[in-house]
Amino acid sequence: MEKSVKQIIEKYGTAQTRLMDILIDTQELLGFIGKESVNEIALALKMSQVDVEQTITFYHFLSTEPRGKYTIYLNNSAVAIMYGQKAIKETFEKEVGIKFGQVSEDGLIGLFDTACIGMNDQEPAAIINNRVFTKLTPYRAREIVRYMREGKDMDELIHESFGDGKNHLPSLRSMVSSNIRRKGMILSDKYIYGSVTKNILPGILPEAVIAEIKHSNIRGRGGAGFPTGLKWEFCRRAKGEKHYVICNADEGEPGTFKDRVILTEKPELVFEGMAIAGYAIGGDEGILYLRYEYRYMKEYLEDVLMIMRKNNLLGENIAGIDGFNFDIRIQYGAGAYVCGEESALLESLEGKRGEPRDKPPFPVEKGYLNQPTIINNVETFATAVRIVENGGEWFTQFGTEDSTGTKILSISGDCMFPGVYEVNWGFNVEDMLDMVGAYNVQAVQVGGPSGTLIGPDEFHRTLGYSDLSTGGSMIIFSKQRNLLADVVLNFMEFFIDESCGSCSTCRNMPEVMKNKLVKIISGKGVKSDLTDLKSWGKVLLASRCGLGQTAGNPIISSLKNFHHLYDELIQKDKEFDQGFDLESSVQRACKYVNRVPKFHHHE
Amino acid sequence: MSNLIKFKIDGRDCMSEKGNFIVDAARENGIYIPTLCNMPGVKPKGSCRICTVRINGRLMTSCTTPVADGMEIESNVAEIQDLRKSIVELMFVSGNHFCPSCEKSGSCELQALGYLFQMMVPRFPYDFPVRKVDASSPKIIKDQNRCIQCKRCIKTIKDDQGRSLFAFRNRGHRLEVVLDKELGHLMTDELANLAMKNCPVGSIIKKEIGFNTAIGSRKFDHQAIGSEITL
Repeated sequence: MEKSVKQIIEKYGTAQTRLMDILIDTQELLGFIGKESVNEIALALKMSQVDVEQTITFYHFLSTEPRGKYTIYLNNSAVAIMYGQKAIKETFEKEVGIKFGQVSEDGLIGLFDTACIGMNDQEPAAIINNRVFTKLTPYRAREIVRYMREGKDMDELIHESFGDGKNHLPSLRSMVSSNIRRKGMILSDKYIYGSVTKNILPGILPEAVIAEIKHSNIRGRGGAGFPTGLKWEFCRRAKGEKHYVICNADEGEPGTFKDRVILTEKPELVFEGMAIAGYAIGGDEGILYLRYEYRYMKEYLEDVLMIMRKNNLLGENIAGIDGFNFDIRIQYGAGAYVCGEESALLESLEGKRGEPRDKPPFPVEKGYLNQPTIINNVETFATAVRIVENGGEWFTQFGTEDSTGTKILSISGDCMFPGVYEVNWGFNVEDMLDMVGAYNVQAVQVGGPSGTLIGPDEFHRTLGYSDLSTGGSMIIFSKQRNLLADVVLNFMEFFIDESCGSCSTCRNMPEVMKNKLVKIISGKGVKSDLTDLKSWGKVLLASRCGLGQTAGNPIISSLKNFHHLYDELIQKDKEFDQGFDLESSVQRACKYVNRVPKFHHHE
Repeated sequence: MSNLIKFKIDGRDCMSEKGNFIVDAARENGIYIPTLCNMPGVKPKGSCRICTVRINGRLMTSCTTPVADGMEIESNVAEIQDLRKSIVELMFVSGNHFCPSCEKSGSCELQALGYLFQMMVPRFPYDFPVRKVDASSPKIIKDQNRCIQCKRCIKTIKDDQGRSLFAFRNRGHRLEVVLDKELGHLMTDELANLAMKNCPVGSIIKKEIGFNTAIGSRKFDHQAIGSEITL
């Protein structure tokens, strides 16, 4: 055992910046990172043990306790629950004989909840030993547990039920489906990989690449919408020993899965986009920061990189351009939504807890290892290839003046055809609902839980940076859904679980707001609770990062657009309710001391 | 002198050297911006958010934002002061802060800020979380009931090899600051004293010396927090 952790440390070296890689490999090797491993790693990296443990305990998929030979991580996102997650959960608990959060006594099976795993279009889904199981049913859950007890291997558990597209490839062998419903310039099969690198880059200066990107007006596809061309220009100009290109593939916003589909179907396009960015900013190293939920793509993506190296699309003197060296490695997260925030991502890449950094300085000046760095979304890099191929001017004919180009939407929830749709910006919500076959719609969550929840009177609004901005997550809720109890509460719990905890505001306020929401849902709310929620939520705006600033949005947004749902729940005849049931508490307390409570009611 | 820049806080003309953080620049000009996690000489992290100011309509922490020429900063305005008060109240309800029985009472920065903002009853419901007290080190007691996760001990208390004695554990609402078992046992008196001194609240208490300062001579018995700065 000692020898193995030693080998892992030898593989990555003793720089503290590679701690995450060491921890992930140790977790995979031993199923947990126990005292002995922590001690060994701490000694080698010259850190205290608590310092190593603070990184382990930050990430959902790392653990200081064993999690079972088979570890089942069942998604608990709102859409998973809408599609029957509860029945699956109960079946697993009954069959294994333990509760979620526990490991069976023989150490064989562990059951754990996990936040959205990017499978909203094929829920209920679970990750078991780095393989994704989609469209689970109680029968499948029973069968999976039986197979585990019989000692079957992972391939046998899957039954060759591979998903569509490239998911059947030997290096993927995945149950996941890509569900591409509509293609545009990015998902199109017309582009021949490498043609920009080979045919265009040799005749164009890095500055001219940036000029085309700027001219196209493309803005970041991750959600924040910063102009990509400006980012690349700032980074090119910034002084540093080295410039880095980082691809943010940590899509963790519940309801988003389009990056998973792009990386499955068009990884070459993403990697080519990164290489083009490297050429533009003068960087020779690229890192794909991939969320651990997509670890099942590891072998496949490594294969793609290998083929690109063979074809001189990565490596040295790429496409015969003297001095154009660029290569890409993949580094993984370990289950933390906040790491999608670019500076938290950098911290994680450097082997630390994913706590966002204070800005300024911005990553384009001081990013990875304090060097100038660009961090762009998967979709942004893929789009950049088509822009350089056809020119910035060509790109502006798609979409609207303020939001150029196409956007890949991840659409899920109550609709006939959930999946991935590439549309021009400027598409309106009504058309979108008709496109996907959504009927009797009560609400649409635009841009995930940190975005906006809108109702039918706003379905005329359009998708774009100046109206309804979105990183791509669109979740549809029909009229039968209980929005507050099943959706808003679920989203609040998500933010509470995913806060890094660094800011006092985001660490404490969402919990306070959630408690108040629970009070209202349980029928104990009064009018002042609604005004409290509105004014308290503003405290979150003082948080450092976007997660913290928007952590109250599920409540704030539903209070604004679905005020009637709250109004129906609050008590009209009361000004004040402490939300505390004195009688039942006294009864409970009396039971322990064998006393019968006497209540003196004042008439 | 060429590095001197001009800026304004609440309309008042101020001057400072370029590159200074707003909170320090304000202090030089006799203006107090309340802080809690910040410590002179230690790289700021902006985790308590109490020093929040407004610049061009945006909320920024003054301990992490450098002053710039011509900057107009809003600090002592009703909205910002209420935000700061909310943050203090939030800390009170999210931990178990029983001032009357606390060794740090009278010298506690959180308590002093509670007085400064004239906090009577927090507007938020108390959470009454169940927290542990770690007394395993021979030198100190780490009381999680009182910890406000400011990170001061994590950043400043290191052994002679540069290893941190304290670190975070978990995340979000379950976040806590814990002491390294092994290094906690090897802790020197000097380091234990420093840890207690750097803790703004009573979460790190040196063993066997509790309540050693008489009422009347504690840090904030005679003057409000920040009053030494205010002109």
